[in-house]
Amino acid sequence: MNSATPAIDVTGLHKAYGDKVVLDGIDLNVAEGTIFALLGPNGAGKTTAVHILSTLITADAGEIRVAGHDLHSDPEAVRAAIGVTGQFSAVDGLLTGEENLIMMADLAHLGRREGRRRAAELLEQFDLVEAGKKLAMTYSGGMKRRLDLAMTLVGSPRIIFLDEPTTGLDPRSRHSMWQLIRELVAGGVTVLLTTQYLDEADELADQIAVLDHGKFVAQGTPAQLKRLAPGGHIRLRFNAPEEYTLATQVLPTASRDDDALVLQVPNDGSVHSLQALLSRINDASLEVDELTVHTPDLDDVFFAVTGQPTANDTTDQKVMSK
Amino acid sequence: MSTATYPMADTATMLRRNLRHALRYPGLSLGALGMPVIMMLLFGLIFGDTFSAGLGGGRGFDYIDFLTPGILLMSIASGTMSPAVSAAMDMTEGIVARFRTMAIFRPAVLTGHVLANVILTIISLTLVVGFAIAIGFRPNASFGDWLLAAGLLVALTVALTWFAIALGLTSKTAEGASNIVLPISLLLPFLSNTFIPLESMPSGIRWFAEYQPFTIIIDALRHLLLGMPMDSSNGWLAIAWCLAIALVGYFWAQKSYNKGTAA
Repeated sequence: MNSATPAIDVTGLHKAYGDKVVLDGIDLNVAEGTIFALLGPNGAGKTTAVHILSTLITADAGEIRVAGHDLHSDPEAVRAAIGVTGQFSAVDGLLTGEENLIMMADLAHLGRREGRRRAAELLEQFDLVEAGKKLAMTYSGGMKRRLDLAMTLVGSPRIIFLDEPTTGLDPRSRHSMWQLIRELVAGGVTVLLTTQYLDEADELADQIAVLDHGKFVAQGTPAQLKRLAPGGHIRLRFNAPEEYTLATQVLPTASRDDDALVLQVPNDGSVHSLQALLSRINDASLEVDELTVHTPDLDDVFFAVTGQPTANDTTDQKVMSK
Repeated sequence: MSTATYPMADTATMLRRNLRHALRYPGLSLGALGMPVIMMLLFGLIFGDTFSAGLGGGRGFDYIDFLTPGILLMSIASGTMSPAVSAAMDMTEGIVARFRTMAIFRPAVLTGHVLANVILTIISLTLVVGFAIAIGFRPNASFGDWLLAAGLLVALTVALTWFAIALGLTSKTAEGASNIVLPISLLLPFLSNTFIPLESMPSGIRWFAEYQPFTIIIDALRHLLLGMPMDSSNGWLAIAWCLAIALVGYFWAQKSYNKGTAA
């Protein structure tokens, strides 16, 4: 595979179950060595897309090439190039962690010695050395997920599908999973991941496609997508009504919420513009009770392109409070 | 990238996996191993005299000899429950979804289940023969006869296991899988000439028992091990039944396994 060939190239992918359309003509193109995130709420069609691209189910229509191989005519060649970690644990609970990895090595035909070496290496890399001799059914959620990903990596696949890799993980496991994914891509692997967490896509992905009701409603880099959202602002809250009234005169461009005594000042969130605002507040000796910076994030994008809020709270960062 | 397949290696890997399961989760396989031995002892020692008397025993008719071939088939039949359940359970687990996205020999996953069950069933059959001899089974067979009998038993085990797995895969749950194989594990052994000769059955049941494969295979075993008379066509019929059940079971099971996936 030369580097000009995209790792995943999909045109016009359709899938319906009966008259329920799950994927309605999606096109996507993932460059080698990058992370592509399929972002969308539950039921948007993310898992179906991963199942099709990983040969688990067939598409109704569409041109699909994975690792340069036509998925329809040569699924075995696709299977040889990919690794999949699904949404639900794909470890064998009645085998130990080590046996699970050795089984994968055997299926990848690494040979006995190399298989054992690779298993030991992955146990080390995924912090499972101690757990390696225990049955996988006794593992915690985070450990199962790590073993799951380790099993996917045994055969050193060039393209990896991760279906909601951090759903249900605690924050620490989530960050270590992110770190592992970044390391993979640094090694030249291509990753297609699905997520319903906007911050996850923002954190990891080179390209994001927002999937809603089986269609891409937006696609681009995280920065491009953020431009689709309404601009950022700074929110100023006042305790005293007279201070609030004074502030409306000092900052005439602000949008007002007279009941809450809150002003929203358009601002791009840069240090320079923040400094300018602060010095105007200083010069007028305004008593601001609370100041928060709101930068547009993917939540705003999601809302802007689908017209629905996500379950996530807004990620306002409180920078100062009196 | 090479996409060569490794049928033997992949099947061996899956066999190892299934044998480990049998060791780690022995409930299913122990039941399958123990049940036929209990039936053997129950019918041989406790009911045997009564049955034997009712069937005109005493005139050189030894009920243990009559019973043992049928109990061997019963071991095979009751042994089909465990692979049907474990294959059905497997399909609901993420691990099989993983196998399906890997470049491995496609039939290996199910063949692993079948081979593991064949090994367990051979152990079960050996136990039954051991207990039978202990309570008075006196076969009158040459080494060649024993080999033929063993071959027939293994052939039936392979065939019924494939068929049971195909049945198991039609159900979504372990409970469903264990119920759906009941006709094989209970009906076929009891509605056959395992316990009583066909002549002593009510006519409707007798008609079923006469033509179903167990009766024919039991006849063949009694002929091989005890020298009892047999219709000469029954030997071929027994082999034909095994072959037919195996082929239907194999292709049906593979079709279920591959259902919906890219070819």
